[in-house]
Amino acid sequence: MHELSIARNVVEIATEALRDAGGGTVSVVRVRVGVLAGVAPEALTFCYEIAIRGTPLEGSQLLVEVAPVVLHCPTCDRDAQPPDICHLECPVCGTATADVRGGRELEVESIEVI
Amino acid sequence: MTPRILEVRKGVLKKNDELAAELRARFRAAGVFTVNLVSSPGAGKTLLLERTLAALADEGARPAALVGDPETDNDARRLARSGVPVRQIQTHGVCHLEAAMVGNNLAQWDLAGFDYLFIENVGNLVCTTSYDLGEALRVVFLAVTEGEDKPLKYPGLFNSADAAVVSKCDLAAACEFDRDAARTNLHAVRPGLPILETSGKTGTGMSEWLAYLRDRRRAFLESGKAW
Repeated sequence: MHELSIARNVVEIATEALRDAGGGTVSVVRVRVGVLAGVAPEALTFCYEIAIRGTPLEGSQLLVEVAPVVLHCPTCDRDAQPPDICHLECPVCGTATADVRGGRELEVESIEVI
Repeated sequence: MTPRILEVRKGVLKKNDELAAELRARFRAAGVFTVNLVSSPGAGKTLLLERTLAALADEGARPAALVGDPETDNDARRLARSGVPVRQIQTHGVCHLEAAMVGNNLAQWDLAGFDYLFIENVGNLVCTTSYDLGEALRVVFLAVTEGEDKPLKYPGLFNSADAAVVSKCDLAAACEFDRDAARTNLHAVRPGLPILETSGKTGTGMSEWLAYLRDRRRAFLESGKAW
């Protein structure tokens, strides 16, 4: 359970972005979390509510966009999503590959300021 | 009032990643091959590491180890019996090691005096996934006592590993461990993952494991990468 420290990092990054933008009230913070990143979106949302208390982000909402696994298939030479997270193979030709191009993201995408 | 949308696009773990990159550069400059050992609690990391440190020291190599646990220095005391430099990182409840904890615990150590640095992470199959420690090689353990489907349950961590150690193989028969199923599952979440089967208790697989480490260290010294 490390989502509280992840949530604190999100708050820190969003607060810096708000300061750089000259202040205001943040209504929404958007983050992108890959399914392989080791972070549970529900736990992160829960911890965010705790992490924003007493910060300039108090009252804002966290929106988590879940990023799927994207593989690069060496046979088809193109990116594709595997059938599921536990079978990393090309959905078209079935080639198994460890060339993961997406799904490990853990990023603050944007903030909405009123 | 229409809200303004401000692009941020920053990695949540940017600070950790930057520190890890600094550590990686230090390890490379010092010629120390760093291995991050991850697993669930009780998968046999400490016993295998104890034997590994002793074996490497016996053959004239210079290993060292950092070991992370929420509390106690029991593991550091166990590992120190091998006679090599060992330090305990007590995280006081934190479920994973971070690059800063590694960096802080390298103080007064002359890295150039080490050939290998093993970092035994806190036993955890989720939280350790996202934290780069500057390692050259990440090795995930799967004990035969845990069940063959562990990789399917925790694909994030198993996918992030460079190699897998199947541990406690001396108990395989008692646990009715299905070796083929375990290998299939490891390769389903991480195609091509090298798998080493070991027993810290009997020493089975130790020579293959040590040969693998020597080999990867050589690759690391030549190219800066273990691959």
